[in-house]
Amino acid sequence: MNHTIIDVRNVVTAFGENLIHDHISCTVRENEIYALLGGSGSGKSTLMREMILLERPQSGTIHVLGHDLSTLTPLEAAGLRRSWGVLFQSGALYSSLTVGENIALLYNEYTDLSPKLVDELIRLKINLVGLPPHAKYLYPSQLSGGMIKRAALARALALDPKLLFLDEPTSGLDPLSSRQFDTLIQQLRDLLGLTIIMVTHDLDTIHHIVDRFTLLGEKKAIAEGSLEEVLAIEHPIVDYFFQKGSYGITC
Amino acid sequence: MQSAIPASLIIIEEPSRTLIKCSGAWSIEHLFSVTHQLETLQPHTYVLWDLSGISSIDSSGVALWQLTNRKFKEQGCTCETIGEQQEHSHLYRLLYSNPIPEAPAPLSPSWLYQLGRETHRSLLGIGNFLSFLGEAFILLFYTLKHPSLIRYRSIGAHIVETGARALPIIAISAFLIGVVVAYQSVVQLQKFGADIFIVDMIGISLTRELAPLITAIVVAGRSGSAFTAQIGAMKMTQEIDAMKTMGFDPFIFLVWPRVLALMIIMPLLIFFADMVGIFGGMVIAQTHSHLSFTEFIHRLQGALALKHYLIGIIKGPFFAFLIAFVSTYRGFQVSMNTESIGRYTTKSVVNAIFLVIACDALFSILLTELAL
Repeated sequence: MNHTIIDVRNVVTAFGENLIHDHISCTVRENEIYALLGGSGSGKSTLMREMILLERPQSGTIHVLGHDLSTLTPLEAAGLRRSWGVLFQSGALYSSLTVGENIALLYNEYTDLSPKLVDELIRLKINLVGLPPHAKYLYPSQLSGGMIKRAALARALALDPKLLFLDEPTSGLDPLSSRQFDTLIQQLRDLLGLTIIMVTHDLDTIHHIVDRFTLLGEKKAIAEGSLEEVLAIEHPIVDYFFQKGSYGITC
Repeated sequence: MQSAIPASLIIIEEPSRTLIKCSGAWSIEHLFSVTHQLETLQPHTYVLWDLSGISSIDSSGVALWQLTNRKFKEQGCTCETIGEQQEHSHLYRLLYSNPIPEAPAPLSPSWLYQLGRETHRSLLGIGNFLSFLGEAFILLFYTLKHPSLIRYRSIGAHIVETGARALPIIAISAFLIGVVVAYQSVVQLQKFGADIFIVDMIGISLTRELAPLITAIVVAGRSGSAFTAQIGAMKMTQEIDAMKTMGFDPFIFLVWPRVLALMIIMPLLIFFADMVGIFGGMVIAQTHSHLSFTEFIHRLQGALALKHYLIGIIKGPFFAFLIAFVSTYRGFQVSMNTESIGRYTTKSVVNAIFLVIACDALFSILLTELAL
């Protein structure tokens, strides 16, 4: 069951004169929680944006679920977009719609399900991410930061995607909420068989739920693997990032 | 992607029970026909689900089964399930691990309550606007006592932005208004052979009423909306809070430079609109009434009393004051969600144009009573 879900090969990205990625490669396997790690400005969010068709690399190839992103037809792209869910850093819930309507939008646009069934599914998704039932009727401006993330996760899960992209899922949450969110993500992976790719710099998240990750730095992918594998690598950025030798994580 | 067989049902009506054999992929894109079948089904009192034929299932499939099952039970049926696979029960337990309580949709309050609330909100809004004005004036007097605090550079920048850059659009609008008024008057005046009065018509109506009004409307749409959006965006990114913590008062740094710049530039814009508007009228007078430019100007000197021109110009600072204050006030009302910036920009332009017209009407009444 070690299918490759996402395969990034020799990706080069530059914004104008500013080189972001210099031949980066990484591989995400089925059913794993995979993290893109790095300091601010290391291009981890950009790499994720390239995976979900929001940006295009200058060169190199990215395969997602077996499709080469650079040669997609519009129809294939539409199909691919329906097979993943994305949780943006700030939630990106549509502010003019309630949480329920935010989720319903996807069902109404993409399926022919009856209103009753849609309603039931909205209730299920809201319950699944741990929101109270009345959250359905609330507008995004009425929600706290943690609730916005959960509501956005419910929306990302609406069409039962097999692939879930999370952009800094725990940023802006208090430590307890962060751990609860981690647990939720892990449960969803186990129970729904999802493959999860996240951008994060939360060391606790990496320690507790991430299976494998890539550490980005100096425009390169410095290390890829599980925490133990990466910690075994001698590199100043690895040392810096995990604060080896001082305090922080040791294994 | 995967060529799954769509979900399907075989319903077997036996004498004492209804057997529902489910098969295929019960996933979101394959469910449509089944939903319809299940909705119209009227079962016996005993329902037996056979789920063994289901190849794959997702949350919508589970929800459909649960929803239908619940409906049957409410109708008094006994339901049983056979042949479920581990995958099904896993998903079912995840989704329905705890009974989901019904959350009734919040009731919309009665019309009387809404009327009261809206009235209260409007009154509160007026009060807020007045206290905004009050605070602004306190800081104005404070800055007048300490003239070094006046942001001359900022005022200059706003004069360029709201004045000089607005010239092209004001020129076009005023020219067209001049043309329109001239066209309409020429037709009527020619009936009486009173072509020459087109000069009075254009000269007085433009300088006294139309040029100030058109200028104010263009400025409200162009600069008023910009003020609201600028300040609103600063509010959303917490720049206003940052300014306050550094001791930069938003009234001194943001409000007064805009208000003063607009009040200085507005009379000049109106003068410019007067010129261009009258030129527009002159062009039509020459082409349709054969009234040459020199004749027109000669006649204008006699027909247009200075007071008409001055009244038009004096309205300028008043209009500018209203536009700038309403739009900055609305900017400060923007809250932390993206929708509100659009809402308050709209409100700001609508309020500003309304206030300008109301103020113009007030001027008309006042000046008529004063016999000017």
